[in-house]
Amino acid sequence: MNFFFEVLIGGLLAGVMYSLVALGFVLIYKASGVFNFAQGAMVFLAALTFVGLQEKFGLPLWGAFPLTLGVMVLLGIGIERVVLRPLVNQPQITLFMATIGLAFFLEGVAQIVWGTDVRRLDLGLQDEPIESIMTNFNLLVSKFDLAAAFVAGVLVAVLAVFFNKTRIGRALRAVADDHQAALAVGIPLKQIWAIVWSVAGFVALVAGLLWGARNGVQFALTFVALKALPVLILGGFESVLGAIVGGLIVGASEKLAEVYLPALMSEFLLKHYDISINLAGIEGWFAYMLALVFLLVRPEGLFGERHIDRV
Amino acid sequence: MQPWKRTLIGLVAGLAAAASTVPASAQQAGTQFIGITGYRVGPYGANGAAFFGGFTDYLAMINERDGGVNGVKLSWEECETEYNNAKGVECYERLKTKSATGPTAIHPMSTGITYAILDKAVTDKIPLITLGYGRTDATDGRVFPWVFPILSNYWDAATGIVKFIGEKEGGAANLKGKKIVLLYHDSAYGKEPHPVLEAEAKKLGFDLKMIPVPHPGNEQQSQWLQIRQYQPNWVILWGWGVMSATALQTAQKVGFPRDKMVGNWWAGSEIDTVAAGPAATGYYAASLNLAGKGFPVVKDIEDKVYAKGKGGDAKLIGTVLWNRGVGAAMITVEAVRKAQEKYGKKPVSGEQVRWGIENLKLDAGRMKALGFNTMLPPLEVSCQDHGGSGQVRFQQWTGTEWKSASDWMKGDSALVRKMIEESAAKYAAEKGIKPGCAS
Repeated sequence: MNFFFEVLIGGLLAGVMYSLVALGFVLIYKASGVFNFAQGAMVFLAALTFVGLQEKFGLPLWGAFPLTLGVMVLLGIGIERVVLRPLVNQPQITLFMATIGLAFFLEGVAQIVWGTDVRRLDLGLQDEPIESIMTNFNLLVSKFDLAAAFVAGVLVAVLAVFFNKTRIGRALRAVADDHQAALAVGIPLKQIWAIVWSVAGFVALVAGLLWGARNGVQFALTFVALKALPVLILGGFESVLGAIVGGLIVGASEKLAEVYLPALMSEFLLKHYDISINLAGIEGWFAYMLALVFLLVRPEGLFGERHIDRV
Repeated sequence: MQPWKRTLIGLVAGLAAAASTVPASAQQAGTQFIGITGYRVGPYGANGAAFFGGFTDYLAMINERDGGVNGVKLSWEECETEYNNAKGVECYERLKTKSATGPTAIHPMSTGITYAILDKAVTDKIPLITLGYGRTDATDGRVFPWVFPILSNYWDAATGIVKFIGEKEGGAANLKGKKIVLLYHDSAYGKEPHPVLEAEAKKLGFDLKMIPVPHPGNEQQSQWLQIRQYQPNWVILWGWGVMSATALQTAQKVGFPRDKMVGNWWAGSEIDTVAAGPAATGYYAASLNLAGKGFPVVKDIEDKVYAKGKGGDAKLIGTVLWNRGVGAAMITVEAVRKAQEKYGKKPVSGEQVRWGIENLKLDAGRMKALGFNTMLPPLEVSCQDHGGSGQVRFQQWTGTEWKSASDWMKGDSALVRKMIEESAAKYAAEKGIKPGCAS
């Protein structure tokens, strides 16, 4: 039973790491109704800029963080000026295509500026088990994962307040519903977009730092965005809380599935059909299958808004 | 005309002019042109930058120090594949027509690209040098005359690792009843050692558990919890890119000792260990070559290339993959030199280079003369054996650098050879190939 709980807790904590990336997607989607394909590239760019600044100027963590945040804010403003402003009132698919181009551009620029070397990022927190829990309960809980969960919790709380209790937050939601209507009632669309892309840059920086500290800062950071997709489908594209809950569901279910399902399925196939096959490695696609099933049952996700269009 | 149109036309014209300009190092009449399908950006850009950096640095050194190979200058062009199979094929097609003598020999540096261009290379008569990767059974040159898995193949690595673990346990007999996990990249590359490790487990009596890690491998919680539950004596890491560093970090997380982990040679470079930080200390990895700057050839490159400002990234010098790139370039150059012995001191074609590789013999004396000393094992290629060495060496990460942890050694050569011949014969039957030696 201990092992089951270990897998479950590990999965939930891994899910929080997915949620961190998913949050960036939610922000952009809430403000523009667009799925930002470039979020993974932003995570990579942020982490690479952070370690690049540390390396080049010998900056400590607290010195590199505000500078990188500045870069991400400038990037947000730049994206609004160069990419989004000319596309106001264009179909959402146009904006989506623009973010695909942006992803490749950011990946390229990051590598040109900082190089392709794999770099270590030390946040001063080792990815080790918590001794007291290990000794008393024989349960493995990682210090690092727990810290990441705390950071994610704080981020969600801050973003929830931002969206629900501030004027800018409410304006963001209006913009997401209808660009033209939002402009008509005096909402400064350009300013709103610049703000939300900057906040998404901040979330990308936090996600990049935590993922980078875990695996090294390297191009593969762009792939973490892929795991955010099923999280978003489960939680709902417009919900900050959904990103967290979706992450927890994806993390826990994929880990439990990877550990228990292949053996059960292999045994079943062997017993009933005399087929011997190794089904391990389902973790790679399990979350997507789960998301697909979820789409059939609840397409708007757990916390997404149900859209009813009059025809 | 509007200003923006003028700018656009100017930009397009400028780009067209730039594209038509042949780079300084690219093909020039009378030179031995070498086509390079490389990658310096993308998910494995760091690995490629080190390998191809060493490769081109060595070529530049040969031109600077020796004036080329027997007076024939080397020229080269690199085409970026981003480790992508489709782009690899595109690059191959582009490079094969760049020179009258073809691209000399192609180093795909990707098992996927190797598979994608294997049939094309046979038709185009272009040798593929797959140094430590690609199809293992291509070691049988009677079935695969155009493919050279030079030095050692994946099965040499797997059996070499088992032998190394056996030595650490006080002898192969002590492996009986031991538990070994193969943690592998869930791809053709990662599945390559399965048959030979299963055969070794049966032969030596150890329990083998094979656990896949889905691409790219940046999350391995469930795999390592299974390892923790299974409590193996050793873990063999068959990783690539981010998977290797993540495995080391997660091993630390679950408290598995790193000095009970042995990686293969694609999971054993500074790129893997630096990213993992202190979690990598004590980790062993197989290698095709030694790391370090203490070889005369490295000094020559520093003096003749870097001192003149013609080198690549100086901080890569002496790293595992940079040295491997230098070794790969040397094998290509020596194959050209060998081909020139038979076909004359002029640029040689792919077909002639194929003969050169197949008759290549670099013994310890020749390695020393070339400035490699023990960086690479002695090599003797033949029609039957396109590997030419089958040797592997082990190194251990100290926290700051790789230190040699063994001498050159062979795994279970008899088992490997038997399995290679069986697999190659099966391939020959499927493709209707009549095995034989062309030269």
